[in-house]
Amino acid sequence: MKYLMTTAAALCATAAWAETPVLTVYAGDYFTSEWGPGPKIEAGFEEICDCDLQFSTGDLMPRLLLEGERTKADVVIGLTTDVTAKARATGLFAPHGQDNSALTLPIAWDDDTFLPFNYGHTAFIYDETRIDAAPTSFADLLAMDDDIKIVIQDPRTSISGLALVLWVQAVYGDEADAAWAKLAPKILTVTKDWSASYGLFTDGEADMVLSYTTSPAYHMFAEEDFTKKAAIFPEGHYFMAETVGKVAATDQPELADAFMDYVMSTDFQTLIPTANWSLPSALPEAQWPEGWAQLPLPEKVLFYSETEAAEVQAEAIETWRATLSQ
Amino acid sequence: MARHTQPINTCRVTGPVAAGAVFSLILLALAAVASRAQWPVSFGVADWAALRFTVWQSFLSALFSVVFAIPVARALARRRFAGRQLLVTLLGAPFILPVIVAVMGLLVVFGRAGWVSQGLGLLGLPPLSIYGLTGVVLAHVFFNMPLATRLILQGWQSIPAEQFRLAGQLGLPPSVTFRTLEWPVLRQVVPGAFALIFVICLTSFAVALTLGGGPRATTIELAIYQAFRFEFDLGRAAVLSLLQLVVAGSAAVLALWILPPIAVQMGRDRPVQRWDAQGAGLRALDTLWIGLASLFLLVPLGAIAVSGVMGLAQMPVLVWHAAWTSLWVATLCTCVLVMLALPISIWLAQTQRGGAEALTLIGLAASPLMIGTGWFILINPFASPVQLALVVTALVNAMMALPFAVRILMPAMRQVITDYGRLSASLGLSGLALWQIVVLPRVRAPLGFAAGLAAALSVGDLGVVALFADGDRATLPLQMYRLMGSYRTDAAAGAALLLLGLALGMFWACDAWGRRHVDG
Repeated sequence: MKYLMTTAAALCATAAWAETPVLTVYAGDYFTSEWGPGPKIEAGFEEICDCDLQFSTGDLMPRLLLEGERTKADVVIGLTTDVTAKARATGLFAPHGQDNSALTLPIAWDDDTFLPFNYGHTAFIYDETRIDAAPTSFADLLAMDDDIKIVIQDPRTSISGLALVLWVQAVYGDEADAAWAKLAPKILTVTKDWSASYGLFTDGEADMVLSYTTSPAYHMFAEEDFTKKAAIFPEGHYFMAETVGKVAATDQPELADAFMDYVMSTDFQTLIPTANWSLPSALPEAQWPEGWAQLPLPEKVLFYSETEAAEVQAEAIETWRATLSQ
Repeated sequence: MARHTQPINTCRVTGPVAAGAVFSLILLALAAVASRAQWPVSFGVADWAALRFTVWQSFLSALFSVVFAIPVARALARRRFAGRQLLVTLLGAPFILPVIVAVMGLLVVFGRAGWVSQGLGLLGLPPLSIYGLTGVVLAHVFFNMPLATRLILQGWQSIPAEQFRLAGQLGLPPSVTFRTLEWPVLRQVVPGAFALIFVICLTSFAVALTLGGGPRATTIELAIYQAFRFEFDLGRAAVLSLLQLVVAGSAAVLALWILPPIAVQMGRDRPVQRWDAQGAGLRALDTLWIGLASLFLLVPLGAIAVSGVMGLAQMPVLVWHAAWTSLWVATLCTCVLVMLALPISIWLAQTQRGGAEALTLIGLAASPLMIGTGWFILINPFASPVQLALVVTALVNAMMALPFAVRILMPAMRQVITDYGRLSASLGLSGLALWQIVVLPRVRAPLGFAAGLAAALSVGDLGVVALFADGDRATLPLQMYRLMGSYRTDAAAGAALLLLGLALGMFWACDAWGRRHVDG
């Protein structure tokens, strides 16, 4: 009996939903967990849209490419800067319709299809209780004692690993192989993804880890641990952003546009730092949550546009592979 | 051992049909991937290097797993001690752990900052460095030696106690006992175990990369992952998947085709009086092997448990949801597995050679990403693959567990046929009655073991679900990775412990069910 009532209630609830328009948002896998930004974004948007926002998580690019025209997505959130070229080539996306000049990114952004909603930079993170003299430049890092062990991610399987390879390429250009050769003896190991690397670092197996400039923020604000620092290099740090795109074939174009507006709103932008542990894309530093402006960030930012990246990427990865395989 | 000694005639159709279904579901996935590919496909120097490394590390891993498993299985077979049964169950644990959890556990012990290194430090020695081929093989032995031990132990226990008694009465020295009684069994069990582990290690990649210390340790599976999830080059993915199947297939055929027909009797795990092993030296040797194996396998597990206990309290509710999801995926997987493994193994048991068994290894050799993507392409025109994600996961897990199940069930099936085939035929038993009265009661123990292994494997598997899992359909390993991916290392350690408990619990429940009436 109780079961029957639950079923009836569920049916009624479904019927009620059917009347409210549904905005289907494809998001990266981490997005909708209760500690991710998803639930807050959903609550925030539903307050103003008179609609039902439904996240559908998974492996974004493979899923979009496999589904093609049959995709149920109205909006896709979480496409990283390294896949925008591929996403653009699908022809599935419409212009985002927002004013790029409202963005507060450290680089110029003129893409009218993919709209960044957060950003960060690659950085090597260390524990100041374990390292006496942290490197203060990339050259310093390469000259470090070989006993200091770093763990990085594989550029063939991870976006942060790929960003590192492009970072080295941007700083050292034709001498990238020499830079890798100097770094090689310090590299403890290479992991498939960021999580495994970071785990090795927090477990004390490695002294430094390739991560993001925003990583110390998590330890500071969520754990009150002030010993984890990002080494900031004057040569510059590689820029990474996550973007949101509107699907051209959406049956909810107004809602999709409203969502794009919401992404640029102060409400959305202020929840990004602590929900996503990254920097907001359209919020002046003065409005960042308390303490965030004190986070050490690089003066110089490096970034390859998608066309430039397409030219150098394959060779940069091969240089990495060949040098580290010796 | 001619064909006419096997009058049981069952599953001559369902067996091949079930095996054929598994085979074609995998080939269909491959074809679906290939159909969406853009040709021609690039295949370079790096790929050949990956192929060489993959085969070499798999060979070494399988070799060391089996070589170390032999003395451990022998020691376990001829000694009885308190807690032996618990030890045998716990020894199965490394095999079912998600790779990243196991790697973390291993590094607590063998890592640069691990216990062994700290001990060396106290003696003024430099820390241990396992990164490289050593680390890869170490981890694979950690994962697979328990499986090899279990399979070889099964063989050992099949030697009738009477034969050891006779050997004792004749006063045969241990070396002669080994040559006449134990070696013939080993010769039949070891190649199969070797092939199985070789194929398991072929598809390894996160372990190989992390402990291999860098791109030198690139496996074909890594290239497949890269092609699917990063470059989305389906042509390359299809070619690499095919290559992996061919390598695994050749290894399996080599190992299994040349095998003599297996005539191993099922082990009853009854205490066997070993007159040949009473000497103090042999006792000490066995104790040493059991002790070393326990240390090697259980200390990293203990490390995982210790770090997990602190994280348990920090686990969000979602993790419990995910545990529930994993529980039913594993249950579904186990049901599918039993329905596939019973007809296939009795059918294979009626054939004379092990060659057909090699076919079932395909489920292990196929990259889960390839199967997942292939089925996504096949399902997408008709239904939402996301809604079917968990069912697909359960099916793929069942196919991955099938080779183990067949290997475990076949000896018992052959035994049933030899012992009861004629009687059943003369009584006119067939169909359901044959299964209920004759077959099932006699294969209960290996069936329980196989089902337990499948359930545990399924609980710990990340595989396909990561490709198209929705927020509400996350399994426990996926949820654990999500926690790791958002800095929640402690909570992730808690989830890992829960995962370990769930996997071992399901394994133990099935295994115990199988053993319950064995001695009767």
